[in-house]
Amino acid sequence: MTTAALIATLVKIAVFFGITISLAAVSTLFERKISAWIQQRYGPNRVGPWGVLQPLADGLKFIFKEEVAPAGANRLLFRLAPAMAAAPAFMTVAVVPFTFPLILDGTRIPMAIADIDIGVLFFMAMGSLAVYGIMLGGWASNNKYSLLGGLRSSAQMISYELAMMVSVITVLTLAGSMNLTRIFEAQIPLWNIAVFPVGTIAFGIFLIAAFAETNRHPFDLAECETELVGGFHTEYSSMKFALFFLGEYSAMVMMSGLITTFFLGGPSLFGLVNGIEDPWIKVLAGLGVFLAKVCFFLFLFIWVRWTIPRFRWDQLMHLGWKLLLPLSLANLLLAGTLVATGVL
Amino acid sequence: MQVKRLEKRLTIAERLAIPEILKGLAFTFRIMFRKRVTRQYPEERYEAPIAAKGQPLLVENEDGTPRCVACSMCEVVCPPKAITITGGETEREIEREPEEFRIDMLRCILCGLCEEVCPKEAIVMSDRLELADFTRESLVFDKRRLLTPVSELSNRIRYTKEKYDKWHSPSS
Repeated sequence: MTTAALIATLVKIAVFFGITISLAAVSTLFERKISAWIQQRYGPNRVGPWGVLQPLADGLKFIFKEEVAPAGANRLLFRLAPAMAAAPAFMTVAVVPFTFPLILDGTRIPMAIADIDIGVLFFMAMGSLAVYGIMLGGWASNNKYSLLGGLRSSAQMISYELAMMVSVITVLTLAGSMNLTRIFEAQIPLWNIAVFPVGTIAFGIFLIAAFAETNRHPFDLAECETELVGGFHTEYSSMKFALFFLGEYSAMVMMSGLITTFFLGGPSLFGLVNGIEDPWIKVLAGLGVFLAKVCFFLFLFIWVRWTIPRFRWDQLMHLGWKLLLPLSLANLLLAGTLVATGVL
Repeated sequence: MQVKRLEKRLTIAERLAIPEILKGLAFTFRIMFRKRVTRQYPEERYEAPIAAKGQPLLVENEDGTPRCVACSMCEVVCPPKAITITGGETEREIEREPEEFRIDMLRCILCGLCEEVCPKEAIVMSDRLELADFTRESLVFDKRRLLTPVSELSNRIRYTKEKYDKWHSPSS
């Protein structure tokens, strides 16, 4: 690796990771703001103008809180779990292309930290790892509610991962590549969401599964306050608790990024951004479009949370195994047939 | 066992729930732009209606003398015994006035019996509802802190006249 490439990678890590963490922090503020608006309240508006410093105040509060570990907790796993819950979301940042590749003097610098050809596989692997943090956190707490929360969460994530991955395979079939940059570049003429019917159905399934994967309403049975106190994080306090939430919100940001990349053409906007001549302006405009789409999905995540009531446990399993999985498989079959016969 | 069944079977659209979810989302989206109902407390204060019973205060006449004649009716009627009066004499026409008049706001239950029983309309409930403080001592109010010019309390005095007159009317 040349020095220039190394510097480019370090800059990309700093910028993209910074964007993800800031978006996660901002979405905690907007979670509270939007929930307040939906309930005709104001939301946090005391810390800084319009409450913008609320995430900082929350973080500061978490740092100064006492750390409590319950008696009989497995010390090692109890401490490891929050990190394991947050890490997969952060690692997914590596493969998401935030904007168009930068072309300088004929060299193509892809705008994902690691523009690997198995980006989709990497994302799938990280998605499967995310369940461990929650499961271990629930188990190591030595608390029946935490254990139940962890159990539910693992069952739920495994069930919905299947449908999600099959719908991702549909996207792969359409794009013909596992490289996330190629996947969005293939959509520049037509976004996958508009490829009727296969792309649209795959988008719907992926969106529902994304809610389940990030443990968000209406699939937040892992925390489920009314039944399980706080679920897997009942016994957590201080920064460990904050880490679970940082993980959840980063996972939301990443899921939004992936939905955008898989179905909404990533940074492309009806060929407008694609046509820009100046490489730097093209990259920045692409980044803006991408982030706008991500913010829309973040808003959707929050909006849905404060609208829909929680599913019952058996309804959740019913939806996952009996509806989404067969539907996604049939959709994949249809997509394969259409691509093989040259219709798409 | 008797089971009550729903008359109406759900339609396929309702069972899929997607149209209903979209309806719900549209509804919450509209609500986001509605007027907020929260009162921003320290800036927007609650304007107590005239019937509200806040901290009892002593009425001070225009000439700066207390209206109270130290008859001790309120002291006697006070259920939690929050009022302590030391009577004294005065050169004025009413002959008696309180030398000391204490209301222990730690004990006061804001029942308003003192106001109701007072023959001189000398003690009335005010609209002071923010009664928290940092020390016990500061919550025991003495005569100096209780005396309030009659102009500030005239609304409440008028209200009590109307309210308690019905007990004094001949028919009752």
